[in-house]
Amino acid sequence: MGSYTIRRLLLTIPTVFLVTLIVFFMIRLIPGDIVDIMVSQQSMSITPVDRAAIAHALGMDVPVMTQYGRWIGGILLHGDLGNSLWKRSPIINDIKARWPVTFELGFLAILVSQVIALPIGIYSAIRQDSIGDVIARSFAVLCMGIPSFWLAIMVIVFPSLWWGYMPSIWLISFTKDPIGNLAMFIVPAIILGIGMAGSTMRMTRTMMLDVLKQDYIRTAWAKGLKERSVVIRHALKNALIPIVTLIGFQLPVLVGGTVIIENIFGLPGMGQLMLNATQKRDYTTVEAVLFVSAFVMVIINILVDLTYGFLDPRVHYQ
Amino acid sequence: MTEVSSKIKTEKKSHSLPVDLLIRMVKEKRMGTVGGLITLLLLLTAIFANFLAPYGPNVVNPDINLLPPSAHFLLGTDNLGRDMLSRVIYGARVSVIVGLAASLMCTLVETILGLLCGYIGGKFDLIVQRVVDAVMCFPGLLLMMVLISIIGPGLWTMILVLGITWGIAGSRLIRSATITIKENTYVQAARATGCSTATILFRHLMPNIMSTMIISFTMRVPGVILTEASLSFLGYGIPPPAASWGAMLSGMGRTYMFLAPWIVIWPGVALTITVFGVNMFGDALRDLLDPRMRGGIGRYGLKAKRKTSAKSESSVSPSD
Repeated sequence: MGSYTIRRLLLTIPTVFLVTLIVFFMIRLIPGDIVDIMVSQQSMSITPVDRAAIAHALGMDVPVMTQYGRWIGGILLHGDLGNSLWKRSPIINDIKARWPVTFELGFLAILVSQVIALPIGIYSAIRQDSIGDVIARSFAVLCMGIPSFWLAIMVIVFPSLWWGYMPSIWLISFTKDPIGNLAMFIVPAIILGIGMAGSTMRMTRTMMLDVLKQDYIRTAWAKGLKERSVVIRHALKNALIPIVTLIGFQLPVLVGGTVIIENIFGLPGMGQLMLNATQKRDYTTVEAVLFVSAFVMVIINILVDLTYGFLDPRVHYQ
Repeated sequence: MTEVSSKIKTEKKSHSLPVDLLIRMVKEKRMGTVGGLITLLLLLTAIFANFLAPYGPNVVNPDINLLPPSAHFLLGTDNLGRDMLSRVIYGARVSVIVGLAASLMCTLVETILGLLCGYIGGKFDLIVQRVVDAVMCFPGLLLMMVLISIIGPGLWTMILVLGITWGIAGSRLIRSATITIKENTYVQAARATGCSTATILFRHLMPNIMSTMIISFTMRVPGVILTEASLSFLGYGIPPPAASWGAMLSGMGRTYMFLAPWIVIWPGVALTITVFGVNMFGDALRDLLDPRMRGGIGRYGLKAKRKTSAKSESSVSPSD
């Protein structure tokens, strides 16, 4: 286990290195130079602008490899993700301000999806092929099929037309007004959660069915235990292990899965930051957000892997 | 000659594979059949959009903008006076084209990557897998947004970007299938008799991962359709006049949604039904094609198991 952890950590080094390469050079391929855009915008003002001066101010007058070196050096040495090309302020501040929003939304969505998915998934497994199971399975597929942006728009349009309800436009801070904050996040979280519940429901059902086919369940039945006891004490306890890792599959939503919902509900999270940055060709911000998201994903993946071994004694890493 | 005659015999016993599948689908998978019908309906709508739609998708008429649903315009009109029903019908075309083409692209990428990595193994595999790792670390939608803004939005961009990003991630499945299969004696025998790598890949490995490929293709279509709609919604899809369901909900749709809610209802309904149907169909197809996914032993799976064993005995056909 110990050596596995070390090996797993070592393997992430080339992955993270490749991530930085992909991020950096992909961004450089975007057509429409930021310098051109800034020149064209500023040339409308009175003072004539010098292309080279702008390029220099942006640090884009040196060869690409040097730029890459500076970028990596900044991250490694000072944890500095660079400055936004437009705002000229450190991006890390933007990310610090916006991540909590995305995180809270994602966390609530995972919670909602588990609350919906677990009971239905378990019921669906213990009543395999019954009418209830067919309905539950169709519901799961329906959840997967409803586009979250459409659902969100319906939730915004119809309550406002019928009852004049409008979701808040301003972000309510959790520390100042916890209830107001939760009331603001819960609707987007439910919409996001419904979308995630579909696949979780199906996986819960599969996991539960797997466990229900094990020998010890047959033994439990043979002992004459009641269904309740078999399902809850024998099956569920063991099915919960893979179900915990299911939550691991959902964790990416904490990073970049909320773009659309943030956009519709006007929540100032990472997705909005990214959307604005791509539209404005703010290279450094796009770079930083992509890199940070991918890096967090790497860490999440390691944690999920290790947790799996920790929870399930049958898993042996070599 | 003997080979040919034996083939004919097995075919007579259990029809050809597609017909057999169809019969079993209708008999065993009711929801799958419903899904199949929805899929068929979607395909027909897409193909015959010009005959079905009462107006063109881009016939602009400012005099009749934002009309509520009526006998003339069953689903109303949008802000430019375009008939919503026609646009929703033409939207099926975009979804079908992107859904099929991007999934095909995806299957192509994952098959090539997965087969090569699984078969060659060693250092090549190690290096490619690190790249796959790295690509899989990016949140999908964010990565696609950046890629689309690099290439410039359009139908082909959409197909390429969806196909490549999902194909790279999906190659893992094909790779592990290949690794299992390549250990078989017949692959070793083929290598011993001096078959070229290409022959082994295409004649010996490919046929055995065919069902995995078909399943992954079908299961991908609904996801691709949904992602295309999401990207179009965010403004990274096929540029405006095109009738894409996702795009109808964004931009102008969102500006006028309070005045004319009918603009935003129907594209979403069409999308939901489509994804639901294709998903159901794909599920049923997977269950029928991949016997491992079917029920097992124990009280809860007893009925399913009996069915399975009876079916698999009758439908086993020696293909090698």
